[in-house]
Amino acid sequence: MQVPKVVEIKRIEEESPTVKTFIFDWKVDSEKPGQFMMVWNFEDEKPMSLSLIDNVKNEIGISIRSVGVFTEQIHKLQIGDKLGLRGPYGRGFDISGIKVLAVGGGIGMAPIVAYSEEASKMGVEVHIVSAASTMDELLFSDRIKRSGAKLLTCTDDGTHGYCGYGTDLAEKALSEENYDMVVSCGPEIMMEKLFNMVEKYEISSQFSLERYMKCGLGLCGQCCVDDQGWRVCVEGPVFWQDELRMITEFGKYKRDSSGQKHKI
Amino acid sequence: MLAAGILGSTASSLNWAGRSGAGAVVTKSFGLNPNKGYANPTTVEVTGGVINAIGLSNPGVENFKTELEKLNKSVPAIASLYGANPEEFSEIATRVEDLVDALELNVSCPHAMGGCGSAIGQDPELTREIVQSVKKSVKIPVFVKLTPNVTDIVEIARSAEDVGADALTMINSLGPGMRIDIETGNPILNNKFGGLSGPAVKPIAIRCIYEVYDSVDIPIIGVGGIRNYEDVIEFLYAGASCIQIGTSIMYEGMDIFGKILTGLERFMDDKGYGSVNGMVGIAHK
Ligand SMILES: Cc1cc2nc3c(=O)[nH]c(=O)nc-3n(C[C@H](O)[C@H](O)[C@H](O)COP(=O)(O)OP(=O)(O)OC[C@H]3O[C@@H](n4cnc5c(N)ncnc54)[C@H](O)[C@@H]3O)c2cc1C
Ligand SMILES: Cc1cc2nc3c(=O)[nH]c(=O)nc-3n(C[C@H](O)[C@H](O)[C@H](O)COP(=O)(O)O)c2cc1C
Ligand code: FES
Repeated sequence: MQVPKVVEIKRIEEESPTVKTFIFDWKVDSEKPGQFMMVWNFEDEKPMSLSLIDNVKNEIGISIRSVGVFTEQIHKLQIGDKLGLRGPYGRGFDISGIKVLAVGGGIGMAPIVAYSEEASKMGVEVHIVSAASTMDELLFSDRIKRSGAKLLTCTDDGTHGYCGYGTDLAEKALSEENYDMVVSCGPEIMMEKLFNMVEKYEISSQFSLERYMKCGLGLCGQCCVDDQGWRVCVEGPVFWQDELRMITEFGKYKRDSSGQKHKI
Repeated sequence: MLAAGILGSTASSLNWAGRSGAGAVVTKSFGLNPNKGYANPTTVEVTGGVINAIGLSNPGVENFKTELEKLNKSVPAIASLYGANPEEFSEIATRVEDLVDALELNVSCPHAMGGCGSAIGQDPELTREIVQSVKKSVKIPVFVKLTPNVTDIVEIARSAEDVGADALTMINSLGPGMRIDIETGNPILNNKFGGLSGPAVKPIAIRCIYEVYDSVDIPIIGVGGIRNYEDVIEFLYAGASCIQIGTSIMYEGMDIFGKILTGLERFMDDKGYGSVNGMVGIAHK
């Protein structure tokens, strides 16, 4: 039944000055990295990626960047406070390949860290490009290192790791190593650049998209993308590159809650 | 056909339904101006369906026209319109007339704001004025979508037919209904109330169609809870000449159109029906 399940916040991790992870007890079943939950704070309900999936401790986590009314409200919550969660929704990352380059930008690192833990556990060699504006905003570095993945960091201001864009660092990695899969989540401008790059290298790849969501059930049509009409909440949010080639609005525009288009 | 408001807010998703076997597509209802709709949660599942209070979100007729221009026209397209009065309906109708094959007037949404929706469809006089006004303004066929939330659906159906409605679409979502979270006592929908749709409303749709079929001569488009070809047969027998599918896309995905067509064709072969027309209204002996 697609109804919010009200759960208590079990732990809160301060990941950066703007990002907190909220962890809940949750019977983990088929949850996959790249899938998302609809999160209800009894006023509004918004999509958030799973950033932690632990099928041993039966815990899940979501990591939220404070950017507006809803996310600020959630940042004020304490351990023991309640939220309603429904999901998991959508198609997550397919975990395959032998040596994978995972590129995460900003809060896009949320599904990437979950991917890194799961894929490493399954014996995939994962290299992560973690991109942030500045050192304090680099996310999940400890968890990534613990997962066994190789971490490559970059910051816009050069305060940590490579100085420059995640795509530059990814290009460097792609030219030096032999990857057979690329996965990514982050600002669409970054992903579009990466997509064009990966097309050149002819490597299989998967990208996680964000669009305005209402139902999360594949009914309202709010999250449909041109030209195929696919629903990001059902057919996505993760798309393979051959599908992305048919998503003509990728990198160009997206629709708001009324359906009006806005440039990306 | 694809029912109004299930996907359908972009040309892409309407074309997709056409590709998937829908014989025609109805757009999301749109109005004169952009509307963000209600805040989330706007939908929640209940036994036998969902309740929704999307709140008729749409980008407004001018933006929507750019979507209608991109329809690939592989199947007929029907624009669903909403407004608060005859002038508004006619204004929108005139602006999109050249881009679609027919109009469906949504006078029946159970959770619309500002006097739109079922506030109209519960009032035979206002329904009559709106249909009359739109009929005078456009040449393409005009369908009127009725709400089941009335004491006498036959009366409303007749008033629409009297002033020239070309077909009736029955039914819009029911209620409104409500769902409350038992952990916290919060109503789940932000709007508290929302229209009920899905398999749970099917018996009511069947009854409404059965009642109206005897009293009007115009075709009835059946909608409400259809999930498989057996459901479609019931609608045809009750008096619908064609049907729309909405909520069940949540359970079955876009493949539902193809699956239903296959099942229906097999049934018709087995029973020796040469055409759907021969099945319409069979329950009226
Ligand atoms: C599949 C998916 C996964 C996401 N995962 C995460 C995550 O792991 N962590 C995280 O911090 N954020 C995530 N987001 C984005 C998150 O939903 C928005 O940051 C949040 O909704 C902003 O709400 P607000 O009220 O704080 O800000 P607002 O000021 O209301 O919005 C800021 C921006 O967020 C986006 N947004 C607002 N409402 C919605 C909505 N209902 N659906 C989609 N986008 C919306 C819009 O682009 C808007 O411009 C995800 C979005 C999607 C679609
Ligand atoms: C999410 C959702 C949005 C809807 N939006 C509209 C709409 O914009 N206009 C309209 O006339 N009906 C709308 N409806 C009603 C459907 O078109 C249909 O009449 C009703 O849901 C019953 O059919 P179903 O059980 O097959 O969904 C909506 C229904 C749902 C579930
Ligand atoms: S959010 Fe409603 S269809 Fe995707």
